[in-house]
Amino acid sequence: MEITPLGDSALLIRVAENFDDTPTGALNKVLATKRALEAAQIPGVIEIAPAYTTVALFCDPVRAIDAGAPIEDVFGWLEQRIQQALKSVAAPKAFGADRGRAGDNVPAYNSIEVPVCYDPEFAVDLDEVARNAGVHWKEVVHLHCGADYRVHCVGFTPGFPFLGGLPRQLATPRRDVPRKEIPAGSVAIGGRQTGIYPIKSPGGWNVIGRTPLQLFDPQKDPPVLLRAGDRVRFRSITREEFERATK
Amino acid sequence: MNATAVRAGFLTSVQDLGRAGFREFGVSLGGALDPHALRVANLLAGNDESAAGLEITFGGLRLRFADDRIVVWSGGYFDVRIGSTSLLAGHPALVRAGEEFSIDSPAGGCRVWLAISGGIDVPVVLGSRSGDLRAGFGGVKGRPVRDGEEFPLGENMPRAKVLIEKLRTEKIARWKPPHDWSSPARRSPVLRYLRGADSGRFVESALQRLSSEGFFVSPDSDRMGIRLDGPRLERSEDVDLLSEAVAPGTVQVPPSGKPILLLNDCQTIGGYPKIAHVITVDLPIAAQLSPSDRIRFSEVSIRDAHALLLERERNLEQFRRGLEPHFK
Repeated sequence: MEITPLGDSALLIRVAENFDDTPTGALNKVLATKRALEAAQIPGVIEIAPAYTTVALFCDPVRAIDAGAPIEDVFGWLEQRIQQALKSVAAPKAFGADRGRAGDNVPAYNSIEVPVCYDPEFAVDLDEVARNAGVHWKEVVHLHCGADYRVHCVGFTPGFPFLGGLPRQLATPRRDVPRKEIPAGSVAIGGRQTGIYPIKSPGGWNVIGRTPLQLFDPQKDPPVLLRAGDRVRFRSITREEFERATK
Repeated sequence: MNATAVRAGFLTSVQDLGRAGFREFGVSLGGALDPHALRVANLLAGNDESAAGLEITFGGLRLRFADDRIVVWSGGYFDVRIGSTSLLAGHPALVRAGEEFSIDSPAGGCRVWLAISGGIDVPVVLGSRSGDLRAGFGGVKGRPVRDGEEFPLGENMPRAKVLIEKLRTEKIARWKPPHDWSSPARRSPVLRYLRGADSGRFVESALQRLSSEGFFVSPDSDRMGIRLDGPRLERSEDVDLLSEAVAPGTVQVPPSGKPILLLNDCQTIGGYPKIAHVITVDLPIAAQLSPSDRIRFSEVSIRDAHALLLERERNLEQFRRGLEPHFK
């Protein structure tokens, strides 16, 4: 584990060196690390945000100093507390755990089925993905819906889930020139990942369908449908089902 | 009671101190690009320091209030008036119901933070009133303020009421904060930075050029980040990283070699290598940069960055205590 300053008010904790070999292992380590840091309630820590192989810890150095951190080594003081908090995570058992905190039997992560309409009007790059994979577009849909995915991180825009688990065959390079505007709900493939655009935004991924689900709603708590760790499956729906769901 | 933006100006939005706590959901920190300026202006207006105010880019704003309000502005060099009377940065002033408060285009810097007593009372969304203009929520309907737009103000707090009575005749207070707290815009500023989390991914000459050469602010800069033109900062390897956290102050370098200094509306994660991080106390300087401004970077230690941050907070605490007699 390596801890690097990310400016003067954040630390980046690298918990896994490698992602591609063991994506699920990296995800579980990241999630266990995030939980342990949250439970530790380290003084001065404002928020903790996970990504593929790292956990970022944002802090207010002045609050840490008020809690006893020496001015000349605020980050050293925080690092000690981080190491302390992560001792329990070092146990291999915790990495495999897909449950909530110890003694708590409720799964910490949701399993969500995402309905997707692969209608040509929504799926502007489905042909490109099919050509790249060397299969019929129906096979792309079949493969996309047949796999189990996990959310590795949420970012880019609010609620955008980066999903790991895409069948290798469907991996498609990002577009050379990003589109200026991709509609909300667009399901897309970028390299070896798939994801969903929660809000209208520019983007360079290949769009293969659209979901009627709302992935980001700032009025809700939490404001996102999918969080890091959640399991996802896609289900193909017809244009009629899509229209009904968005009414 | 409402305020009306008779003219909204180039880009005016509601901002407070931002919405920390939602980055794991991909929600930007947001908030005033110079939180210190907004805190100071709020304290001078008799508000809580975290009250929502307006962030005005390139001026052009004309405002009217339905009742009497204390206003305080801070930021770049702007011609600000109440009716035809000039108002300098940092001086609390009384604007009577119906009077016009106006901000002209800047002579230096590009942004103003305006605190209005009572604060701007738009709904709190995800813990903040700040407008997230990219994601389209918060502030005034998730977008910039428009010409003719009315928006709600909170009640004047008892402190502000005391000040309103005190300023009935002279209208503009003679006291103000230290000069560099209210007008941080500087010509050809130096931004102090900490070595980047990925500085090892750049060739040695790139790291040298960062601190020895000048950079120019590109026109396609906004609240997400300041794009810089100048020497190309070459990486030692041509692979993008797995996305990981970035933060306001992060200087990332895309394949073009042209660095981008991220500001409050930046995305929460990024895959470009991070060559440097501008220290928190210097971000207000970055917030005043306009296209074609020239900047330089200078490396400092983490210890210095933290000492400067602590000094600023302690000074602000002292300032807050010193203000008390004005509100009694």
